[in-house]
Amino acid sequence: MTALRPMPVATSASAPYWDAVRAHRLVAPRCRRCATLFFYPRARCPSCLHDDLDWVELTGRGHVYSCTVVRQAAHPAFADHVPYVFAIVELEEGVRMPTNVIDCDPASVAPDDAVEVTFVDVDDELTLPMFRPVLQARR
Amino acid sequence: MPPPVSLHGSAAIVGIAELAPSKEPPADDDLDVMAGLVADVLADAGLDHGDVDGLFAVPPRRTMFFPSLLSEHLGLRPSVGEVVDLGGASAAGMVWRMAASIASGMCKVAVGVLASPGRRARGDRPRNTDRTRPPLGLSEYEAPFGPMGVNSAYALAARRHMHEFGTTSAQLAKIAVDQRTNALANPMALYGTEPITVDDVLSSRMIVDPLHLLEIVRPCSGGAAFVMVHPDVAHASRSHRPAWLLGAGERIGHNSASFAPTLTTSPVAESAPMAFAMAGVTPAEIDLVSAYDCYTIMVLLTLEDAGFCAKGHGGRFVEEHDLTYRGDLPVNTHGGQLSFGQAGIAGGASHVTEAVRQLRGEAGDRQLPRCDLAFVNGNGGTMSEEVSLVLGGRS
Repeated sequence: MTALRPMPVATSASAPYWDAVRAHRLVAPRCRRCATLFFYPRARCPSCLHDDLDWVELTGRGHVYSCTVVRQAAHPAFADHVPYVFAIVELEEGVRMPTNVIDCDPASVAPDDAVEVTFVDVDDELTLPMFRPVLQARR
Repeated sequence: MPPPVSLHGSAAIVGIAELAPSKEPPADDDLDVMAGLVADVLADAGLDHGDVDGLFAVPPRRTMFFPSLLSEHLGLRPSVGEVVDLGGASAAGMVWRMAASIASGMCKVAVGVLASPGRRARGDRPRNTDRTRPPLGLSEYEAPFGPMGVNSAYALAARRHMHEFGTTSAQLAKIAVDQRTNALANPMALYGTEPITVDDVLSSRMIVDPLHLLEIVRPCSGGAAFVMVHPDVAHASRSHRPAWLLGAGERIGHNSASFAPTLTTSPVAESAPMAFAMAGVTPAEIDLVSAYDCYTIMVLLTLEDAGFCAKGHGGRFVEEHDLTYRGDLPVNTHGGQLSFGQAGIAGGASHVTEAVRQLRGEAGDRQLPRCDLAFVNGNGGTMSEEVSLVLGGRS
């Protein structure tokens, strides 16, 4: 049996995020007290530890903060995918998330490239928010 | 309010011991390896088993109750027992914690010991086939995207630094080359026989863009220990020139590089100024930089963030300065972990032991003509935990 991609184990705080991703929506928690938008999801705001949070719909547009080409899979599930881009993407709203940049030549991806979210249904259990380049001038 | 307590001159390292890094795991059990290091370090310090009343350790594997386990094994009954869990910054973090324990009167003669069995530790890890258990060290937000562990984090930092400041791979390679030159003068170095050139580094295999094989540490077995003592004990010591703690600073930041506020400035930018302020010295006065080097980029970031050069100028700085023991800014004269070897979790100890050797004037062929002030930096995780120290030959 081929190895399966590691899968998130949702906590009570992260379940709404992963549920949204499964519905092909990108969201992030925001503190109702101090208005801090943050990622990753957790039960309390990392700016003020308040626990009254709501969920904000993100546009899914952003840019690559930094990226690297993985040429040697560290986990057997990725063996058939090398080389691929592992990146940190910064969304328009300011939060950053680890991801893959796909649908392009891995060597062509560079910091500050404009990207947009694309939801990949990896298998029956797992949907992931990945990003693809947007054809426009670099920031 | 009493004035804040400073650790400046509060304690000195009077003993060091170190195992030669090796590609083979040690024949002995972890605790026996540590016992050997403690025996060696006490002999080096000219102190007895019965003098030890503080015990600080970094366990070779994940464990609980380690202070009592090690105390029992060594036949010690210390009044302070502590495990330091700061990854690669553990050794440097241990130094100021030992001094703080001494300064507060909780102990007078503290032994710190770190060891790693290298490959054997990795072999022990059960194979992870459960997809709901993320690989060690990766969060649920990273693991599904297949980063190459810690390598990816430093690659992301290097890539962003290149993008923002025009830093080149050849400039990063120069760090590995100078450190190799240093290792050639260190008989204990694991990679200490063959010189390398910038071209060698750039033509070594690309592991994770933009980092090449020769810019990345390779794990091995090894370990080290040091003895830190109260000034009364240090002044009475006749074995070696004591290495005094003059300044310390620490900053704990993010855990994962994915959630770091920036990857082009490390928390060294906060820990180093604390250490320099406590020591009352500036980077320009430093004779030796002993900076944690899991990757070439970490040395460059440390030089910038500790103030040896301006932010973004690190590439040109390492190009223009000779970082060898013969040079104008000696960096990692033992070879650094890149060429000395990285004994897993104990690897960061080599930056402390080398600083002590240079301050003592006992560094052999690579001895600096003058070494009175050393800057030591420990870095844990992915620029997650930073500890900066200033050690000096005079209190």
